[in-house]
Amino acid sequence: MEPVLRLTGITKRFGALVANDAISLALGAGEVLALLGENGAGKSTLVSILFGHYVAEEGTVEAFGKPLPAGDPAAALAAGIGMVHQHFTLADSLTVLENVMLGTEPLWRPRSRFAAARARLADIAARFGLAVHANAPVGSLSVGEQQRVEILKALYRGARILILDEPTAVLTPQESGKLFSTLQQFVAAGLAVIFISHKLDEVMAVADRVAVLRAGRLVADVARSTTNKAQLAQWMVGRALAPAPARSARPPGPVVLQLDDVHVNVAGRPPLRGASLEVASGEIVAIAGVAGNGQATLADLLFGLASPASGTVRLDGSVYAAHPHGVIGAGVARVPADRRGLGSVGELSLWENAAIERVRSRRFARAGLLRRSEMRAFGRELVGRFDVRGPGLPDGPGLDAPASQLSGGNLQKLILGRALSIGRQTGGKARLIVADQPTWGLDVGAVAAIHARLIGAREDGDAVLVISEDLDEIFALADRIAVINHGRFIETRAASDWTLAELGLAMAGRRA
Amino acid sequence: MRLEARDRVSRVAAIGAPLGAVVATLVISALLVRWAGAPVLASFGALLQGGFGSRFALAETLTRATPLIFTGLAAAVAFRARFFNIGAEGQLYLGALAAVAVGGQLGGALDLPSPVLFVAMLIAAALAGSLWLAIAAVLRTRLAVDEVVTTLLTNFVVLLFVSWMLDGPMKDPTAMGWPQSVSLPAELELTKVIERTRLHSGFVLALLCALALWALSKFTAFGFEARAVGANAQAARFAGIRVDATVVKTALISGALAGLAGAVEVAGRTGYVTLDMSPGYGYAGIVVAMLAALHPLAVVPAAIFIAGMFVGADSMSRAVGVPTYIADVIVAVALLAVLVATQIVRYRVRWT
Repeated sequence: MEPVLRLTGITKRFGALVANDAISLALGAGEVLALLGENGAGKSTLVSILFGHYVAEEGTVEAFGKPLPAGDPAAALAAGIGMVHQHFTLADSLTVLENVMLGTEPLWRPRSRFAAARARLADIAARFGLAVHANAPVGSLSVGEQQRVEILKALYRGARILILDEPTAVLTPQESGKLFSTLQQFVAAGLAVIFISHKLDEVMAVADRVAVLRAGRLVADVARSTTNKAQLAQWMVGRALAPAPARSARPPGPVVLQLDDVHVNVAGRPPLRGASLEVASGEIVAIAGVAGNGQATLADLLFGLASPASGTVRLDGSVYAAHPHGVIGAGVARVPADRRGLGSVGELSLWENAAIERVRSRRFARAGLLRRSEMRAFGRELVGRFDVRGPGLPDGPGLDAPASQLSGGNLQKLILGRALSIGRQTGGKARLIVADQPTWGLDVGAVAAIHARLIGAREDGDAVLVISEDLDEIFALADRIAVINHGRFIETRAASDWTLAELGLAMAGRRA
Repeated sequence: MRLEARDRVSRVAAIGAPLGAVVATLVISALLVRWAGAPVLASFGALLQGGFGSRFALAETLTRATPLIFTGLAAAVAFRARFFNIGAEGQLYLGALAAVAVGGQLGGALDLPSPVLFVAMLIAAALAGSLWLAIAAVLRTRLAVDEVVTTLLTNFVVLLFVSWMLDGPMKDPTAMGWPQSVSLPAELELTKVIERTRLHSGFVLALLCALALWALSKFTAFGFEARAVGANAQAARFAGIRVDATVVKTALISGALAGLAGAVEVAGRTGYVTLDMSPGYGYAGIVVAMLAALHPLAVVPAAIFIAGMFVGADSMSRAVGVPTYIADVIVAVALLAVLVATQIVRYRVRWT
């Protein structure tokens, strides 16, 4: 069978980093190809080249037998390649129909031809079972529905090759299942699909063929039927996975954090509406939920960036501080989701970032004067203790380099180290740890290191609250799982009492 | 065409870029000089000679650089914390007015020893600039009013206020009706650093301020916080830094420096306040700060460069007949070239 898409010898470098190393791949009509790899393996770079966002140093792309000009997204669109990005490219205030039509009409036409477009959209939607309200503003749709609009947009433009970049990251398990059956309808109709993922289960569920990328290289390209999860994992990581750290069965201690009917409003974010939760010493409570159900506001509240409009938040029985400096002063260890925007100041050096939360403490400043050597020593200590790696570390000039030069995983280790050292100023340990998406976008090694630290803190009696969109992470860490939906915790159970299906239903708002 | 961040800034590029900026400035200004019909080398020679070529020229340049160092520092310290104080011009005038009010009027009434009066005069000038800018800072931190707008527009309010003062309560009765303030007593005037020139000890004070500001930024907890706030206010807030308080403190320092510029001009050069005592030193200070990449110590050479260009252009225009506006052009081209050069060091251009 003649392939509909052929990549030959694609090489792309970013400075010294080889993001794609002579990758050759072919995609046939009626085929789902899963592109599997860890974050940073080069999956997104490869499809960005395919779609014309990046220009490869070497190699060619052919679609339907014709070479595709490099760096020209319009040509890729015209050739029938459609892309569904992880972060949607939709205008919230426009309707579904307007979003789908956007950019498809010549600018000089005085009126939009809505009637014809509406008929065409309805036709496509019916053919693939993608029901949507054409007149609904996109902003009013759920995330799963918005993704459907993105797919319809691509189909409306005549896409015959559909690229989906981590499409399940924002979906509940049920919505993911629905997406997979839609994909089956696509390939039955002769379309070809590239499905990007780092999750083994869904790759095994949906793909006909699996291409595995590791560190920019294509390490495997096999039919799904001839492989299994363990083998794929081995290819993806390059080694056997280490077993999860041991955790003792122990009853939780006294309650450390207590939320009672808390309402919080933060401009531009889904609010908390009557959230109640308890986190005790010696347990990890994980918050599960579809993105956009109030998790970000909960994080803001516990980081000290937002304060409750009503209800009470208590830490060891006292009122929770409403400013970051108060929260830090109370010994709370905080790990934000946005490690570059919130967790670190990129222009400042590693050691300055290490000490920033306590720069006014007696350890780092006397009479307003910085004790720079103390700060540097502390930075060096953190880098060593938390295995932060980078050029010139741990003993070279790397300590003076701006924090922006660290990779995500190493930056996260530094932030976690800084957070965990907070409670230690009086010799005690962190009592409460709040971690928002602690391993988002990190490679397996860094994930394991951070999970080990969090479990270790639990063993030491800390109260740990983890907010995560990664269900694997939630099941790996949690003693208890609380499901958040529309700004409140609708159900909390011990992790062993949840099944994946029940958790999915609860995340979608249905009580089991 | 798009810009891609470079992975690593090479040392060659980091040193070469400013040199490239100087060359670009020279080439572009040479073309303009040619266009004006003057010989290029002779014109540049006259420019350098007039700005730096003799004891007198150098002293004149440093005299002009003195207020520019103060206003440059005022802009640099504020911009570093992303508080865009465009009002140094107004703060300068208020500083000058306060200096005369304390040193000339109040001092005359109280009969204090002159060293005490001198210090009180400087403090008054610093406070005048400081408190005036504090209004904009509080509006920004409390009500999110854009400080660019408030500081820029209140400059004109200040000028009208000064105009009223010079024609009213602070008018010099002996000035034959000219709108100028009463004069400072001679014992409050700054001493001359070089004989038979106008260079006064205000220049030394400016150097000390640059040094102090650098030390403040590097060695104090406040300086650290201000740098963090300027680099990423969100992250600074997350890390427990009181961002609003830091911005207000920064504004107080910035306003004080601009106020001192006014006091030093009055005490070192003019002796009294007129409505045209500053040819836009407050605005030029922004250019100085940008040219210095907001580094307090680099403000000094940047101010001297700009002052030298203006002083040199005066004598160049007399010698070869090129209009003095060439100095404005050279300064503007130099600023643009330096800004472009710093971006080229950090980014590469990709043609797509």
